[in-house]
Amino acid sequence: MSEEVEETRTSEEQQEMEDKVISPEKSEEAKLKARYPNLGAKPGGSEFLRKRLQKGQKYFDSGDYNMAKAKMKNKQLPSAPTEKTEITGGHIPTPQDLPQRKTSIVASKLAG
Amino acid sequence: RMCPGGDMQWCFSQVKGAIDDDVAEADIISTVEFNHTGELLATGDKGGRVVIFQQEIENKNQPQFRSEYNVYSTFQSHEPEFDYLKSLEIEEKINKIRWLPQKNAAQFLLSTNDKTIKLWKISERDKRPEGYNLKEEDGRYKDPNTITSLRVPVLKPMDLMVEASPRRVFANAHTYHINSVSVNSDNETYLSADDLRINLWHLEITDRSFNIVDIKPANMEELTEVITAAEFHPHQCNTFVYSSSKGTIRLCDMRVSALCDKHSKLFEEPEDPSNRSFFSEIISSISDVKFSHNGRYMMTRDYLSVKIWDLNMENRPVETYQVHEYLRSKLCSLYENDCIFDKFECCWNGNDSVVMTGSYNNFFRMFDRGHRRDVTLEASRENSKPMQVLKPRKVCTGGKRKKDEISVDSLDFNKKILHTAWHPQDNIIAVATTNNLYIFQDKVN
Repeated sequence: MSEEVEETRTSEEQQEMEDKVISPEKSEEAKLKARYPNLGAKPGGSEFLRKRLQKGQKYFDSGDYNMAKAKMKNKQLPSAPTEKTEITGGHIPTPQDLPQRKTSIVASKLAG
Repeated sequence: RMCPGGDMQWCFSQVKGAIDDDVAEADIISTVEFNHTGELLATGDKGGRVVIFQQEIENKNQPQFRSEYNVYSTFQSHEPEFDYLKSLEIEEKINKIRWLPQKNAAQFLLSTNDKTIKLWKISERDKRPEGYNLKEEDGRYKDPNTITSLRVPVLKPMDLMVEASPRRVFANAHTYHINSVSVNSDNETYLSADDLRINLWHLEITDRSFNIVDIKPANMEELTEVITAAEFHPHQCNTFVYSSSKGTIRLCDMRVSALCDKHSKLFEEPEDPSNRSFFSEIISSISDVKFSHNGRYMMTRDYLSVKIWDLNMENRPVETYQVHEYLRSKLCSLYENDCIFDKFECCWNGNDSVVMTGSYNNFFRMFDRGHRRDVTLEASRENSKPMQVLKPRKVCTGGKRKKDEISVDSLDFNKKILHTAWHPQDNIIAVATTNNLYIFQDKVN
């Protein structure tokens, strides 16, 4: 039985080697699958697309968002310890992890 | 003044933006667009700001120096918002700017972020009334009892002031993220497209829009493709196209039915199934679609190529140009660093003889359709002496690297040119790097 398995592997390897010669794309695919063995076969699947549709930072709810904003305001005092140590577990993104949100209108440097 | 497209020599003209390497997110340029005469050039950025440049009147004494673009107006178009219902941030990034053809003294443009489209009026004021009866010159109100005679206020010249004001806000019509707006040739309507739907608006009406395409499946588990770009035909007001993440383009005729879910034409290049790989669908996703000015062709940009389609031929493009084919053997790393999802735009020159698109390492590519020539140029501060001619660049794909060539592994994938624009008549181009805007001109012989 082990002999059969070995034969199958050899023919697969053979196909892979042929693909490398034929298509750089296929060889890149093999590289990717080697790094991420759990990668699904179809990248264009609905899960992938749905993630794309949902682009944008998500908060658990608006209360969470406003609490995080308030925390950030309070933390602007110099005595505040580093906020990062207080974020434990759940990785809910907070505004301080995000690019600075403007509070006043800053002119574009293109107009400078 | 239309150049036939052969033997163009591109020279540096101007660069806008900060020199420092530390780029603030807000300064990332997200869209570039000339108006219909080319006199105005608008940019939008991730910080929701619009900057408009105006071409100065040409200096007739020095014809070799084409006129320069200087700041005309700048304003905050969109602000960051929070969708409380979905607990989602709405970015203020300007996804697209589209100019309306000029009808009167004022200029109008549409600017959009992910959710809301705004119509901005940009108008000039170079006179102001003086000699009010009830107000002092500084604006303070006079005591009416002190007024003994009446006079007619007169208009006196003043320093030019350019004002931008939002005239319409078209909101709450998109569940998903807006990727395109396109003004119809009828100058009354425009379309806006998000990942799954396309809406038709009247420029005067903000509380209603018609849904003309809806590809959302009843069951989201069945979702297989999304809309990536849409555009109205330049002359036929009933015709528009939209591209998909699967590399197809659908042409729709609004006269056929109110809901254009059924296309009139489907443009798709057949694929050899034996060549199919994990990356095939991702790199076939169309990031931009643009009609030619003459309305007979359309151009699409996918990750590695630019394709020109004849509107009368659906089964394959008439021309295909490789932008950076050497990246095909780098797809694994480009997938890991997300560059494979970069959305490059493309544009036509005024007479549809040359097309242009961006690449990495601040390179951009031009394809001369008639002369079957292509060139790679670079937007960089090193080549920014006044009127300096740009030297063609070359990427070495393997083997011995010649002097002046750059190897694929040395390319900077953080330096992407996603947005380029070509003046509607002249050989003047605007090329956006991450946070700088370069203007190049063809050397006038």
